[in-house]
Amino acid sequence: MTKEKYLEDLKDIKSIMERSSRFISLSGLSGVMAGLFALAGAYLAYQTVYQQQDYLSYRRADMTPDNIIQLLAIAIGVLVLSIGVGIIFTQRKAKKQGQKLWDSQSKRVVINMLIPLVAGGLVCLILLNNGFIGLIAPLTLVFYGLALVNASKYTLSDIRSLGILEIILGLIGCQFVGFGLILWVIGFGILHIVYGIVMYVKYEK
Amino acid sequence: MKEILKDLIKAFENKTRLGIMSALMVNDYMDFKNLKDLLDVTDGNLASHLKALEKVDYISVTKEFIERKPNTKYQATKEGQIAFKKHIQAIEQLLK
Repeated sequence: MTKEKYLEDLKDIKSIMERSSRFISLSGLSGVMAGLFALAGAYLAYQTVYQQQDYLSYRRADMTPDNIIQLLAIAIGVLVLSIGVGIIFTQRKAKKQGQKLWDSQSKRVVINMLIPLVAGGLVCLILLNNGFIGLIAPLTLVFYGLALVNASKYTLSDIRSLGILEIILGLIGCQFVGFGLILWVIGFGILHIVYGIVMYVKYEK
Repeated sequence: MKEILKDLIKAFENKTRLGIMSALMVNDYMDFKNLKDLLDVTDGNLASHLKALEKVDYISVTKEFIERKPNTKYQATKEGQIAFKKHIQAIEQLLK
């Protein structure tokens, strides 16, 4: 009888702790930085793909093997810089609030983000391997959006609407492949900057 | 057995109080509304249990104004945290 009561108590404690604790959210500033890196990356990608072309005439993306390697390098550079800056800013924020950066909550967020992201990354590699290059940029948006929606259950709910916007942009990009880069700029660049500023003002000021 | 029961803390024998402490163990602070939403209890009920925990110095209370509205923040004290951990350990011992 008492044993059951205490078992139930333990269950209550656990559930309350889980429901009440929230992952220390990414600092809004890291979102702004990630957006800026994405814009710089997109500019470099643009230079790579459309180099030596007359701005006024019809342009087509140049996809030589050299260019593809360069694009991949740009993409990886943007990714590494964004994640690195994100960790640094968030660590600073966590310290200020006396929270730990790496706890069960943040682990859950990261794992739930990684599932769609890794799946998406593999899909993109497969597409790259088979020559469907135009779909890669919009699909990174779709999978990134899915990752955000998935992770939003464990962190600030604002992330959910950001994820949905990314998915919509990605789907538009899948249909209109020619707008791939500009949609990518909006999704990864502008949306990150806007959301970063909003989150910073809302939660950190 | 007696030894273990000694470590069970009276102040935590109530579900609401246990809930308040659980939430304050994993959050730096919570305000009244947060706690009320989380534990699904009435204002009066929550207030009286918060008072009880404050009385034994397991939680501390700070009052401030956010946009001219009064806001009360509750925090677990060091003492409260130690007591809570002891209580959990006692329960675990009991269940073994």
